[in-house]
Amino acid sequence: MTPQSTFMIVAVVSDVQIKKLRQLLATMNYIPGHANPDNSLVPFGRFDRLHFARFMIIEAITADEIKEFGITPRPWPLTLAFFGDIDGDKDSFLAELTEHAGSGLKKIFSLCEGFSKDENNLLEWMKQRDIQPQANYINWIGRTVKQVHEEAALHKSLRRYLQKIVDDIGRENTLDLRQKLLSHIELEKYAGRLSLTPPEPTPIGWKIRNLLHLIGVPFILLLATPFFLLIAPFYLIRLRMLERSDPELFIRPDHAHLQKLTVQEDYDVTNQYNVFGDVKPGLLRLLTFKFMLFMLDYAARHIYKRGFLTRVRTIHFARWVFMDNNHRAFFASNYDGNHESYMDDFINKLGWGLNLSFSNAVGYPTTNWLIKDGAHRELPFKYTQRRHQLPSEVWYKAYPGLTATDLARNSRIRHGVENRQSSEKEIREWLSLI
Amino acid sequence: MKPSPNFEFDDLQALLRFGSGHLTETHFMLLQIKDADAARQWLSTAPVSSATATRPPPDTSLQIAFSVDGLRTMGLQEHIIKDFSDEFITGLAGDESRSRRLGDTGANAPEHWEWGGKSGQTPHVLLMLYAQNGKMEDWKKTVETKLFKRAFKLFMTLPTTELEAKEPFGFIDGISQPKIDWAQQQSTDLHERDNYSNRLAVGEVVLGYRNEYGHYTPRPLIDPQQDIHATSLPDAEDEPAMKDFGRNGSYLVIRQLHQDVPGFWQFIDAASDADPEKREQLAASMVGRERDGTPLAPATPNHIPGIAWQNRDNHFTYELDPGGTRCPVSAHIRRSNPRTGDYPPGVSGFFSRIIKALGFGQNRPDEDLIASSRFHRLLRRGRSYGPRLTPEDAIKPDASTEPRGLQFICLVANISRQFEFVQNAWNISSKFGGVQNERDPLLGIRAPLLNGEETDHFNHPHPSGPMRTTAHLPQFITVRGGSYFFMPGLRALQYLATTPATDSDSSS
Repeated sequence: MTPQSTFMIVAVVSDVQIKKLRQLLATMNYIPGHANPDNSLVPFGRFDRLHFARFMIIEAITADEIKEFGITPRPWPLTLAFFGDIDGDKDSFLAELTEHAGSGLKKIFSLCEGFSKDENNLLEWMKQRDIQPQANYINWIGRTVKQVHEEAALHKSLRRYLQKIVDDIGRENTLDLRQKLLSHIELEKYAGRLSLTPPEPTPIGWKIRNLLHLIGVPFILLLATPFFLLIAPFYLIRLRMLERSDPELFIRPDHAHLQKLTVQEDYDVTNQYNVFGDVKPGLLRLLTFKFMLFMLDYAARHIYKRGFLTRVRTIHFARWVFMDNNHRAFFASNYDGNHESYMDDFINKLGWGLNLSFSNAVGYPTTNWLIKDGAHRELPFKYTQRRHQLPSEVWYKAYPGLTATDLARNSRIRHGVENRQSSEKEIREWLSLI
Repeated sequence: MKPSPNFEFDDLQALLRFGSGHLTETHFMLLQIKDADAARQWLSTAPVSSATATRPPPDTSLQIAFSVDGLRTMGLQEHIIKDFSDEFITGLAGDESRSRRLGDTGANAPEHWEWGGKSGQTPHVLLMLYAQNGKMEDWKKTVETKLFKRAFKLFMTLPTTELEAKEPFGFIDGISQPKIDWAQQQSTDLHERDNYSNRLAVGEVVLGYRNEYGHYTPRPLIDPQQDIHATSLPDAEDEPAMKDFGRNGSYLVIRQLHQDVPGFWQFIDAASDADPEKREQLAASMVGRERDGTPLAPATPNHIPGIAWQNRDNHFTYELDPGGTRCPVSAHIRRSNPRTGDYPPGVSGFFSRIIKALGFGQNRPDEDLIASSRFHRLLRRGRSYGPRLTPEDAIKPDASTEPRGLQFICLVANISRQFEFVQNAWNISSKFGGVQNERDPLLGIRAPLLNGEETDHFNHPHPSGPMRTTAHLPQFITVRGGSYFFMPGLRALQYLATTPATDSDSSS
């Protein structure tokens, strides 16, 4: 299995260059916000390990909201973020990037601060500006871009052939249908039209680290339990005080801002999403936020790694990042469906989970004991997330037209090709997927 | 939640409570306001029908709704208008991103519409006249007074025909409607709504009341200290110091949907090898009902609040047909209302709810893709138009192609969460409930996906395993017009009628 990794390169952009940068980035697109895979600056399509990538400007458009807490907003410079999700390790990917898109990246980064004209070590420059997420979610750990493409081609080929043979021999003799489909695949593979590459062996270093993390985290938490129990009453009292006193901001996002966001949505079956805002003041909020994301990261790594994050099956990749020395938080995701249905999932299926983490951010609707209310306060929630949302300048997805549900189905179909079903019922179920 | 059995129906326009099926004749007018003073004067005495039940029921009815341009022209001030929802203010056709989201692209694009599609041409007022058979002419005379003629210019009359139970394709329509919980007795608590209920919080269709989240949808509230005319408006329940301009009002979405009846039946006929029985089956599987309304989905053994046991045509969910072998997942009525509760089937107590909430214990990978239907219900009040054409006549090569279709009308409190969501995430979505690149067989556009994959087919899951696929569906329904309106409560209408002209332009 090839594990996935993630990169996020951030660099400050001066106010003078921002317009030029936006214009340059826009030349990579073929429809608003969507990268042409063959664009000349960063030809994303050439990188067969790359799932998703984007360039966006992190801007503190809601910086003033923290004034409600009686705090002066911290300055935040315009910041270019370039991030993506890849198969295999990060360092070799960044090296590949510099090799095949070096000149384009230099053009882009030369508009950022700290990039000298004669910067010859692009790779080093990027590595220095690469930041780690506090939590990272991968829809299916181990599923590679190559696998996605191969399995999609497999499904397409099977589907065409199945329709043809059903017309010829009917739909009742399932064993026969299955046999014919399997022979068809063998022929197609032989002809070089299909391939089903077996998974690579899992890197041993990753395996060990993962195992240590799997066991280590609960172990440490167990050791810390007496301490948690001891502080729990004080924590809860303070939390309830904050929940009662934290100002709630019920501000409607303005129309022009909404337009900037929606103009790049709903071209594909998947959309991109970025939000950025302030962490609420005080140590309790920061530690709660950090702890919740730590737990989320653990769950994403060891539990929710096979197609679903609690009840939600529409997120491909997501990241939670602290910035500005833990004063600000950034979240980005790639989700299937329209924004309104994403919010529907957030509120109705995952409201409690959002509350646990994002209630520690400025502008979030008031929660009750950290999990109640919050996102369930529908419109305050929808307003705040749209208000804090930032557009992407350029967004790339390696497999347009496919949702996470499609990818999971295609993997099940492949599984059925490689593993003989034990009963008539199982064969029918497999056939019904095609 | 306190029950309020004495619902103020006298402040509600009748359409919110009654479909007025006995008033078979309709006359829908799109109007431009040419003299705002005259319009206000006319409105102050206009016989707008309230939702108060009378016995015998009235033999005529008048309903009125305004677009945002209409409200502006009536003199409603901008600081009040800005508190309407963004989608109402922007309008159905005012934003390309919205059009893309709703499938109003290609042949459906607003630029091709007969009305409402071009900016600056949004009608101000939708006036809906209903009457018993033979009484429409008199009713029109009553409504269209001298003052009326001075106030309004007729933009166009929307075609409608005398009410029939069947929509133009020949299917019984309007069977499924939410049952509004006027007494506000049903809990909206997330923990008490595991299963599908057909009862719906008042606040989902009427502004000023609690919605299914237990909250009040934002709407224009007016401070009576600042505006003396507002004192006659109802109080805002959630902000007692304020007067509620939105209360007892509702957003009204209207879309003129052209239905290609010969095209539909000729396609179905060809796809069924001209076999009448197969033809009926294929058409029924696309709709999800037979032509007489019988649903394909099996009856549910569980009680559905708001639907009587005996009502076989409506007493069903898709719980017993998760794969869609009886009623395809892509069928029009399944997409339009998936009839799901807040949790996937099988939640029976605290622990099973926790397990499901964490995403575990699922019987099928697709069992929880579509949940919480209650937040996406529409109160439908459409009327069809065009001469009747039976399927038997429609398949003839010389079948008449006169315009036929539906004036689709729905009433909602939140346009984006209800109408736009249903249209986008359910009806035209190529991935709804895990379907494979297909859109609503009736309503859908056929545009391919971004990777070039076609979406112009219809899959019917089959118990034998392989799905049956009908390929190369043409587009059967084309949008010909539409607009977002606001249908105010009766006291809000009086406020509009008495509020003095402001510095905004009061004539157009």
